[in-house]
Amino acid sequence: MTNLIEVQNIKKNYGKKEAVKGISFHVEEDEILGLLGPNGSGKTTTIGMLLGLLKPTSGQIFINNLKLEENRIQILEKINFISPYIELPKKLTVKQNLYVYSKLYKVKNIKERIEYLSEKLRIGELLNSITGELSSGQKNRVSLAKALVNEPKVLLLDEPTASLDPEVGDFVRTFLEDYKKEKKISILLASHNMNEVTRLCKSVLMMKNGEIIDQGKPQDLIAKHGRTNLEEVFLKLSRSNSEFN
Amino acid sequence: MSLTRIYGLFLRHFYLITRSFPRILDLVYWPSIQITLWGFISNFFATHTTYYNNAVGVILTCAILYDFLFRTSIGFNMLFLEEIWSRNFTNLFIAPMRIGEILTSLVVTALIRSLIGLVPAILLTSPLFGISILDLGIFLFFLFLSLYIFGITLGILVSSGLLRFGPSFENIAWSTMFLLAPFGCIYYPIETLPEIFQKIAYVLPLVYIFEEARNILINQTVNIENVYYAFMWNAFYFSLSIALFYYSFNAAKNKGTLINMGE
Repeated sequence: MTNLIEVQNIKKNYGKKEAVKGISFHVEEDEILGLLGPNGSGKTTTIGMLLGLLKPTSGQIFINNLKLEENRIQILEKINFISPYIELPKKLTVKQNLYVYSKLYKVKNIKERIEYLSEKLRIGELLNSITGELSSGQKNRVSLAKALVNEPKVLLLDEPTASLDPEVGDFVRTFLEDYKKEKKISILLASHNMNEVTRLCKSVLMMKNGEIIDQGKPQDLIAKHGRTNLEEVFLKLSRSNSEFN
Repeated sequence: MSLTRIYGLFLRHFYLITRSFPRILDLVYWPSIQITLWGFISNFFATHTTYYNNAVGVILTCAILYDFLFRTSIGFNMLFLEEIWSRNFTNLFIAPMRIGEILTSLVVTALIRSLIGLVPAILLTSPLFGISILDLGIFLFFLFLSLYIFGITLGILVSSGLLRFGPSFENIAWSTMFLLAPFGCIYYPIETLPEIFQKIAYVLPLVYIFEEARNILINQTVNIENVYYAFMWNAFYFSLSIALFYYSFNAAKNKGTLINMGE
């Protein structure tokens, strides 16, 4: 298996504060890796570094075997991201937004790509709607369409189903599972929804205070910590001050 | 540089402008009001002072030139702020766009925004006040170009501040032009300024541009030196602004300002 994401001992300091303290991990092709941790554990900082929005204080990141520091543009062409904290321009229609981002990512067959994503994500009827007037569920699917417009090999998801009702949440999870299987992409999923993580992720990283404090397959972690589900493992690890490895 | 990506970002703002009639109205409304007001002031001064006797359109022409500078600078800042307000900033900076592509696209879009406002205002001046800015002849192009470069330069400087310090820098975006206006000698000769202010004014391209506009209209002569100095200072400040933008981008990557920037 090829590692599409390879993170080697990255650190990020903000002045004297150590936000990420030398973490290493990799994500294989056709794998979803869960990134868990309480607020302020360093998840967003880690994702920011993978997206090239933040410069690591030290360490190296390779995406698709290319060093991020030296190949930022080339890597960004094959990576994408969604988060409930960022939005598409609200005044543009869905179609206009998808068209604009297709241009920014230099998508070749824009019409076909938008049609494909519209069908897969059930947003065909929304194409001429104003993006800012959509419901959260609709906005979420449109953001996902934008994130897939460039056929990314690596997808970074920050709380992709936050604030969605169970039906839409399930639709998005099923879609991600199918899409990953079909396109053999790597997904890094940061989520506080433990059922989602258990369902989607082959393995998880548990972060706390900028460090990876445990990692493994969800079922292995549950067994290792003598708990019945991943949420209990999360609570145990996030409330404890001791080492777990 | 990719023209496709530059065009893509241009489209994002083009769609925004053309989708909204109030936005177009807003672009046209303020320059027209401004020019009309200065048109009447201009007429008044022309009939009550000897300085403007030979060129009734001096104040109005300078008002149009200043408005173009103001619109270009504010227009550039607005385009940048628009990404922050719409929480689209992160999407833009994770797209595979080079800084040069982002700047080029915004520079072109800012010009179009300014022209949407300015052209109707210029067209108003002839029937209302019997004045044509075209009296400046071929040098009008150089003066406009010089103002455009300086307007963009100010826009890039303010955007650098937004990148580095985040949305809290927004208030500075609105005040830059007002801070520089007294030193620009837009409506009066440089001799009007106190000596210490004159020294500041001489290191800005504005004074050369407006002095030259008055020189052409009042004395009917061309001082090519003014045009040359305006471009020289423009080249200096423009290069400085680009360097500062790259510096701010790198600083923002170190500081983390690029993540989740929004209001």
